[in-house]
Amino acid sequence: MNEPNQEYLKLVRKTMPKTKHFSTLLRAFLVGGTICSIGQGINDIYTLVFKDMPKEDITAITLLTIIFITAVLTGFGVYDKIGAFGGAGSIIPITGFANAVVSPAMERKQEGIILGLCDNMFSVAGPVIVFGISSSVLVGIIALIFKSWFI
Amino acid sequence: MEIFLTYLKVFLVGGLICVIGQLLINYTKMTSSRILVIFLLLGAFLETIGVYKYIEEFGKAGATVPILGFGSSLAKGAIKGALSEGFLGALRGGIESVAVGFAGVIVIAFIVGLLARPKTKQ
Amino acid sequence: MKNQTIFFKNNILVMDTATIVGPKEHEGPLGVYFDKDIEDDLLGQKTFEYAEIMLHTTVIKYLLNKTKLKQDDIDMCFCGDLMDGIIACNYAMRNFSIPFMGLFNACATFGEAVILGSVMLDSGHADRIICSTSSHFSTAERQFRNPLELGTQRTPLSQTTVTGAGATLLNKKFGKIAVECATIGRVIDYGVKDANDMGAAMAPAARETLLSHLEATGRSPSYYDLILTGDLGKAGSNLLRILMKEKGVILGDNYNDCGAMMFIGDQEKIGQGGSGPACVNVTFNGYVYKKMMSGELTKVLLIPTGALLSKISNLQGETIPSIAHAISFVRKAEFQ
Repeated sequence: MNEPNQEYLKLVRKTMPKTKHFSTLLRAFLVGGTICSIGQGINDIYTLVFKDMPKEDITAITLLTIIFITAVLTGFGVYDKIGAFGGAGSIIPITGFANAVVSPAMERKQEGIILGLCDNMFSVAGPVIVFGISSSVLVGIIALIFKSWFI
Repeated sequence: MEIFLTYLKVFLVGGLICVIGQLLINYTKMTSSRILVIFLLLGAFLETIGVYKYIEEFGKAGATVPILGFGSSLAKGAIKGALSEGFLGALRGGIESVAVGFAGVIVIAFIVGLLARPKTKQ
Repeated sequence: MKNQTIFFKNNILVMDTATIVGPKEHEGPLGVYFDKDIEDDLLGQKTFEYAEIMLHTTVIKYLLNKTKLKQDDIDMCFCGDLMDGIIACNYAMRNFSIPFMGLFNACATFGEAVILGSVMLDSGHADRIICSTSSHFSTAERQFRNPLELGTQRTPLSQTTVTGAGATLLNKKFGKIAVECATIGRVIDYGVKDANDMGAAMAPAARETLLSHLEATGRSPSYYDLILTGDLGKAGSNLLRILMKEKGVILGDNYNDCGAMMFIGDQEKIGQGGSGPACVNVTFNGYVYKKMMSGELTKVLLIPTGALLSKISNLQGETIPSIAHAISFVRKAEFQ
C-alpha cells in the first residue's frame, strides 16, 4: 500500500517546473561577490585606521563588523529580501551564518527569553557550531599525529 | 588600477564560491543549515591539506568572508594549537581562533533578538 | 474498494458566508469577492498566532452579525486550521458558547467540515451549523518552514499559505445553494517526499476522489459548470489534468484550482499559488458563493485537497500522504 509509485514520481520529475539555473546562479554570483567586496572594503579601511594591528585581528574585526551589519539588517527585516534575491549568495558568506543565528532568536522571543529566544538561537546554525568545533578538534588531533607534515 | 584588480579578484572568488553553493541548492534542494555545514567542512578540509592559504592570498576577503573562511580559521587554529601545546592545544586552538566571531554573533543576536520583531514576507 | 459518496435526503442549504483575507489575497484576482480584508496581518496583536485566532473569531462574529443570528441559534461549529493542536479555532471558540468540534485535514479541512455539517443537518440533529477554517502565512511559515527573517529563496514548486478565514452557515430552510452530495476521500500516498512540492503530493488524491465521485454519480466532468480543486497550485493542477487523461477523463475549461486563482505575481514571489485551509474556504465562500448566487454558476464540484504531513514526519524521511474530499453544490432553482 505504501510502495512509492515510481511511474508517478517519474511523471512529476518530468512535468513539474524547474529552477531557473541561469538567473539564480547569476544572482548568487552578484550578491556573493558584492558581500565579499564590501568585506574587503571594511578590511581595507581597518588596515588604514589600525596600522599596528596584526592581519588576523583585522580579519576578525572585519567579520565582526559584517556580522553586526547583518544582524541589524535582519532586525529591520531587510536581510530576508536580500536572501530571496541572492539565494546561496547570501547564505554562504558569514552574513548568512549571522542571519541564521539572529532570525530564529527574533522569531522565538514571543515564546519567552530563556525558552524561546535563547533556546532556539541555534536552531538553524547549531549544526555549523557542532560540525565546526568537532572538525577543528579532529584536525588538531590529525596535526598531533602527523606533526611533520604540518611544520 | 591595482586596487581595482584586487576587488575584481575578491568579487570573483566570493561570487564563484556562492555559485557552487547555488548549484548545490538547485540540484539537491538543500536547506541553509546543510549548505553552511558543507562549506564550513570544505573550508576546514582545504586548510588542512594546505590549499586554502593560496585561495586566501588570491581572493582576500572573497575567501575569508564566506563560511569557508570560518572553517579554515578553525582548522588553522587547531593545527597551530596542536603543534605548540599538544593535545590541549588541539582542543583549544580551533575555538580560540574564531572566538571573536562566535562571541560577537551570540551577543549581537541576543540583543537584536530582544529588540526586533519578525515581519511578514511581502 | 468502498465508494463513500453520500447523497443528502434533505435540502442542506448555504444560508450565508463570510470571508476575511490578508492584504496580498485582497490584491489578487479574487480580491473583489471577499467580504473584508485586513491591512496589517498582525491585526495589532502581539504574535501571529493571536492574529490568526482573531481572524477566526472575527469571521464567525461577522457571519452571525450578517445573518442577524445569536450564538444560541447555532447548534454546532465545525472548525479547523493548520496550527499544531489546531489552536486558532480552539482558542477562537473560547469566545463563543456554541458546541464545537475541531477538525484537521490540513488544507482539506473545509471539505471535512462541510461534509460533517451536512450529515449532521441531514440526520436532523441540528438546524444551523457553522463550518469555518483559517490559516495565516506567518504561522504556517513558522511552524512548517523557516523563521520569517531567514534569508532563503523560495523553491519554484512551493506554495504560499493564504492569510484569511472563512465561515459558512448551513441550514435546512433558507438559501439558494444546496449541498447535493459529497464523496469522502481516502488517504493516498504515491511517494512524493518533497514538502515544498505539495501539488504533486496531492494530485493523485484529487484524482482518486474525483474518479470515485464521477463513478458514484454517473456524471462526466462536463456536467459541472465548475470543478474546483483545493490548492494544487498551477503545476499541480496541470499534473491532475495529465493524471485524469491517463484514466480517459478529460478536464476541460470548467476545471480550475483555488490555489492557482488566488494570487497574481511571478513564481519567485508566490510559487505555484495559494495553499492552506483558508485557500479553498475563501475561494468558495467568496468567489464561488457570489457567482452561484448571481446565477452565473449553477453546478459546482469543490474538491478540497490536503497534504497530511507534519514537520517531524518530513524530517524523519516519510513520504507525504494526501486526502481530497468532493462536495457538489447546486443552485436550488435547478435542484429537484
